Amino acid sequence: MKFWNPTYECMSREEMTRVQTERLINTVKKIYHNVPFYRDKMQKKGIEPGDIKSIDDLKNLPFTYKQDLRDTYPYGLFAVPLSEIVRIHASSGTTGRQTVVGYTRRDLDTWSEVMARTLTSAGGSKESFIQVAYGYGLFTGGLGTHYGAERIGASVIPISGGNTKRQLQIMKDFGTTLLACTPSYALYLAEEMEEAGIKKEDLKLKSGVFGAEPWSTNMRNEIEERLGIMAIDIYGLSEIIGPGVATECPCKCGLHIQEDHFIPEIIDPVTEEVLPPGTKGELVFSTVTKEGLPLIRYRTRDISSLNYEVCECGRTLVRMSKVTGRSDDMLIIRGVNVFPSQIESVLLEIGETAPHYLLIVDRIENLDSLEVWVEMTPNLFSDEVKRIEDIERKIRKEIESTLGINAKVKLVEPKSIERSEGKAKRVIDKRKL
Amino acid sequence: MLVKQISVFLENKSGRLAEVTKILGENEINISALSIADTTDFGILRLIVNNPEKAEAALKDNGFTVSCTSVIAIGVSDQPGGLSVALDILDKESIGIEYMYAFVGRPGDEAYVILRVEEPDRAIEVLTKKDIKVLSSSAVYEL
Repeated sequence: MKFWNPTYECMSREEMTRVQTERLINTVKKIYHNVPFYRDKMQKKGIEPGDIKSIDDLKNLPFTYKQDLRDTYPYGLFAVPLSEIVRIHASSGTTGRQTVVGYTRRDLDTWSEVMARTLTSAGGSKESFIQVAYGYGLFTGGLGTHYGAERIGASVIPISGGNTKRQLQIMKDFGTTLLACTPSYALYLAEEMEEAGIKKEDLKLKSGVFGAEPWSTNMRNEIEERLGIMAIDIYGLSEIIGPGVATECPCKCGLHIQEDHFIPEIIDPVTEEVLPPGTKGELVFSTVTKEGLPLIRYRTRDISSLNYEVCECGRTLVRMSKVTGRSDDMLIIRGVNVFPSQIESVLLEIGETAPHYLLIVDRIENLDSLEVWVEMTPNLFSDEVKRIEDIERKIRKEIESTLGINAKVKLVEPKSIERSEGKAKRVIDKRKL
Repeated sequence: MLVKQISVFLENKSGRLAEVTKILGENEINISALSIADTTDFGILRLIVNNPEKAEAALKDNGFTVSCTSVIAIGVSDQPGGLSVALDILDKESIGIEYMYAFVGRPGDEAYVILRVEEPDRAIEVLTKKDIKVLSSSAVYEL
């Protein structure tokens, strides 16, 4: 099967605009009447739901920022009574700063639908064995993919992340045909597979959907070569729905956005002006079918561009280019969103003074690594090695418990981290993406 | 009787030790004893010098992280079992040793040991009582 839902995936532009317009008008009405936050924002801009007559009016609506979700933590932007919410997910972050998202039963249905389209696009079908190696839990990757895989009737292997040996064993013994995980983990699996003496010919693997972190074309080639599969880039973020917002098709020339559910715009992150198709800028989404947490003009901070040409695969859905960067300082390390400020607050809690630190992100043997350099201060220093090692351990543990990632902590001499006038350089990203 | 020891935080990169000794030399500070505790990423240089206050200030002025710790110095006979007598006393008194390092005195018949212990004052008391030679700070600084 080529398409999961050709009615929408191959809809004419005219028809799509009509669908989007109708859904946008409904969504705006709903948020205006049910979410005080949006009502205030719209009133401040002097807009009433009646002013939104078509998707051309989208540009007049206020933006939603990640900070808005934090400020209204946990449920402030939900548009339905909490009794209607059947699922809650959350993104990583220090306590109180994480973003919480809620789904109604229909939202889960929408999510399954867009993930069904995604998996179908990657060659998945009811004959497939889909190994979901994304983490299950509050992170949307695991369960989102799981529901989509069930929707298309595939045999789902909900192995979750980690335990590489077992992943390989199961992949081989259960006859996995489609793998879902982060691209760096896919490469890691390939490596371990070679180590374990498993050949790609021993596997039934045909394709994989890889997302949750940026990856390069070189990395795709390597995954395809070493695993002997077609590697498909998928895009999503929990605020919009999770995985399933956009996916590549076998043409691999841009990611089709499920735009009957999520209307994209590209804006200039500084002037906030909408940019024409083909121009690079910040990707902004408005959800037009979500009930639990509908978001209007959500600023993703991801840099991309839009292409409205009809794709060779037959899909008419607009394509976004591979995300090439961020308009803020967020890092994605092993699929986890990391803001340097989170590390800073961990360090502030441990030491007594504002620390000088540097984050060094690298990709070693295809796995992201994070090294945190912290300048030694008289407060932290001791003449005993074990005391200093205790401090390193404490910082590492705190980072792990607040961010959920392992970091190597290295204490360095005072003033050895470069000072710059104005904005401090906090991050060195050595990954070639 | 407590001796002041200077500890310096050093990253494991070339030239750092030379930098410390250069600063001390320029300030006419003489080193009587030293030891380095090293890990993969960093080292702690511990120094006994003739003028600890001046050394601390000079190193801090040059941007090093420095701390000053009280240690004790004992003299033991430079022959088999010499050190064992002293350590045995501390063990019987349950005084833990964080670390120690030894150096040989100028005449050559006596070895000196720097001890970093949990309870330095009590350590001095029990060692002196058992006739172990505990060096005064001024004696150590002049070595």
